Amino acid sequence: MQYDVIIIGGGITGCAAAYEFSKYEFKTALLEKENDIACGSTKANSAIIHAGYDPEPGTLMAKYNARGNELAHRLARKLDIPFRETGSLVLAFSEEEVREVHKLYENGVANGVPVEIISGEEVLRREPNISDRVRCALWAPTGAVISPWEFAAALIETAVMNGVDCYLSSGVKRISKQDGMFEITAGGEKYRAKYIVNAAGLFADKVYEMAGGTGMAITPVRGEYFLFDKTMGGIVSTVVFQCPTKLGKGVVVAPTIHGNLYAGPDSKTAAARDDTSTHADELSYIREMAVKSVPTIDFSQNIRNFAGLRAVAGNDFIVEESNVRNFINAAGIKSPGLSSAPAIAEDLVRILENCGLTLRRKVEFRGERRVLRMNEMSLEAQDALIKENPAYGRVVCRCQTITEGEIIDILKRPVAPRSIDGIKRRCAAGMGRCQGGFCEPRIHDIMARTLGVPMKEIMQDTAGSYIVTGETKED
Amino acid sequence: MPDKPYGQHGVSQGIRKERTMERNYDVAVIGAGPAGLAAALEARKNGAERIVVLERDFEAGGILNQCIHNGFGLHYFKEELTGPEYAERFISELRGTDIELKLNTMVLSISREKHIVAVNPQEGVLEIDAGAVVLAMGCRERPRGSLGIPGTRPAGIFTAGTAQRYVNMEGCMVGKKVLILGSGDIGLIMARRMVLEGAQVVACVELMPYSAGLRRNIVQCLDDFDIPLYLSSTITEIRGRRRVESVVISRVDKDRKPIPGTEKEIECDTVLLSVGLIPENELSKNAGVEMDMRTKGPIVYENMETSVPGIFACGNVAQVHDLVDFVTMESIRAGKAAAEYAAHGETEMPYFELYASRGLNYILPQRARMDNVGQFLEVFFRVNDIYKDISIVVKSNGGEIARFKRDYAVPGEMEKIRIPKKLLTGNEIEVSLKGGEQA
Repeated sequence: MQYDVIIIGGGITGCAAAYEFSKYEFKTALLEKENDIACGSTKANSAIIHAGYDPEPGTLMAKYNARGNELAHRLARKLDIPFRETGSLVLAFSEEEVREVHKLYENGVANGVPVEIISGEEVLRREPNISDRVRCALWAPTGAVISPWEFAAALIETAVMNGVDCYLSSGVKRISKQDGMFEITAGGEKYRAKYIVNAAGLFADKVYEMAGGTGMAITPVRGEYFLFDKTMGGIVSTVVFQCPTKLGKGVVVAPTIHGNLYAGPDSKTAAARDDTSTHADELSYIREMAVKSVPTIDFSQNIRNFAGLRAVAGNDFIVEESNVRNFINAAGIKSPGLSSAPAIAEDLVRILENCGLTLRRKVEFRGERRVLRMNEMSLEAQDALIKENPAYGRVVCRCQTITEGEIIDILKRPVAPRSIDGIKRRCAAGMGRCQGGFCEPRIHDIMARTLGVPMKEIMQDTAGSYIVTGETKED
Repeated sequence: MPDKPYGQHGVSQGIRKERTMERNYDVAVIGAGPAGLAAALEARKNGAERIVVLERDFEAGGILNQCIHNGFGLHYFKEELTGPEYAERFISELRGTDIELKLNTMVLSISREKHIVAVNPQEGVLEIDAGAVVLAMGCRERPRGSLGIPGTRPAGIFTAGTAQRYVNMEGCMVGKKVLILGSGDIGLIMARRMVLEGAQVVACVELMPYSAGLRRNIVQCLDDFDIPLYLSSTITEIRGRRRVESVVISRVDKDRKPIPGTEKEIECDTVLLSVGLIPENELSKNAGVEMDMRTKGPIVYENMETSVPGIFACGNVAQVHDLVDFVTMESIRAGKAAAEYAAHGETEMPYFELYASRGLNYILPQRARMDNVGQFLEVFFRVNDIYKDISIVVKSNGGEIARFKRDYAVPGEMEKIRIPKKLLTGNEIEVSLKGGEQA
């Protein structure tokens, strides 16, 4: 199969690139090694669209974050992505931190981000559950929370609707170059392309090496989290940061888009690129830090712990044509990668043009997408819809009120998931307080029925994460 | 629209403009498990005419449907039934009445005024105004997240009830080499089930120095199959990237903290969690009923009425039971009282409170009205440890009014005492344990 551009990696960077490229006439494909998009860093992170005051002015991170925040606001509306502009606070508890907040303010101004310093009293007026030891805070009104999985899904679905080919379970094994064309072996198939965009996240250095590149090293940096029941969801209504340290932006306490609360992450170099395990000592550190910001978090309301990995390749992102001609890296996309992805994607188009790719806008580009979500509709609208299709009246996930109809819709979308967690990431079924205890066997059954496959072929998550070994009374 | 929070019920946004406040049912029962079925039938026997039972699953019977083992009904029917058989007795009785059973019906909200909004595939959005409401939603299992077990998050970790559903209802095998965390009854039952289905059960690991399950289940499900039970132990790490590969267990000290150096790795592909049940009270809270932090259910009066007049609660929504027979008996009281309320409405009566004191984890009912107490006031509770030769002391206004002897009391088995009405003073009651030894 022959393309103009092949994107390697279906995380937020790859999906945003696919979306942006689908506005143009050139032919694009995306290769993802896992059985679904958003299975690496995009799967587990802070789910924040950062305002952009944090990165050092002049860095790529500064440039992309501010622009990406603006684009994410627009994309959320156009593509119906769960998104809420909560604003964010950075709290100062000491004289030193007051100075740090002022420094962040200057940074924000330099990066063109709306920021303001507010007094401790004002912080407490807005967020009464924050520790009364707070002296002042940086307020950034454009900070937002998002569903990172639906962000990625919306982008790739729109890309596919506009002609991009997306290949899942297609891990790249080999890259060679002949007559100015790359030949890529992935998932048992061969693909040819003039340009490669390397968005392989935690494995970007390995992919780069396959193409003959040198000098890139990705370090996986792990962050662990607590996720709390919705009863804790209202304890803060904005994203609450502490002053950044050498290790990162510090422990965050924030509402999620689904109405829960989380606390995390820490920052530890992981032993391996897939080591998303959690650890008692790291979680207790997060706990200690989180109650500094919000002392009344009730940890008995913890419904899940998880960890995510950031792909770190130095102090800044790498977004450029590499030393291998026509091979473009979008690598080392650590935080604020989720926020920056749409802006990185715009820049990748520019870089491709500089490499000689001819750009012609598609006339018939479809840049709108709508998702049916029963729990957001009025009772009258729900009633009308159920009369049309009774499956929208059968609630499968009780904690989040997700219906069978919505799950079947997901299975019929372009780039449909083939795992229980893939469903969860797209509609939050199983994400609630029972953590899938009731709905998992039911979703499993709906998937097997709708897709026409045996139960044992439906995975929990990525390949190998089987749920059932087969039928009972089998050998 | 994308700008507003996602995942919240549409309920608050769309209460219909012209709402009929006219009562369309005398009694509405939420849940058609053993509690709801018994309550609905009893309401019928006590004169309630228009009764509706709202069940979110596609069939009535609740969790009994997946409990294919026997041991049900020994107290209530004086015979030994399987779960589905026990449920069927009530379901067939219900079929012989004009009680309306609405299946696949999810209740979205209940108000203090007993206005219910629900949704189902057949009718769309339903609104019900009931004279009395019985909350009988049961409970859910504590998931892994609430335990904070460190390690990876592979497939192969199930709550025992979820695994039971896969094996008994879907006919699917969930694994070949199983470790069970927690010795609650469902975990013990599943230990036996997995062995009978051909799996190997490598261990049952319990945090406490005693089992949380019924004694008969320890014997019949673990001992009879030579499954080792590790007491005062817990899982301190789960390993395996995609599917469970092993777990690390450690012994715990008397504060239930893992003791470093006692780690032991056990190979398995499946972990079943039987670490507690949580009454499912989101709807109760939505209706504004007062909750008891200890039962995690509504505060109830002697007839299972909650703090909201006309809203009753029974079964596992009020307190987690060990035996379905006692769920039935409790629900009969709730159903009767609901029918009476629907007929006569609210009557103001003085009440006194009941307190769980030394040695008790909780007490139910938490309130009682002298005028409603029959010959006896039945009081339920669980003890907080294993005790031998213990006295249960009932005090009122500081003075002892009754004392009950027990040879043995364990947290895994609910205790019941019957206090004769003639001993009650109309003032608060305190129940505590005295003497005996902590075994």
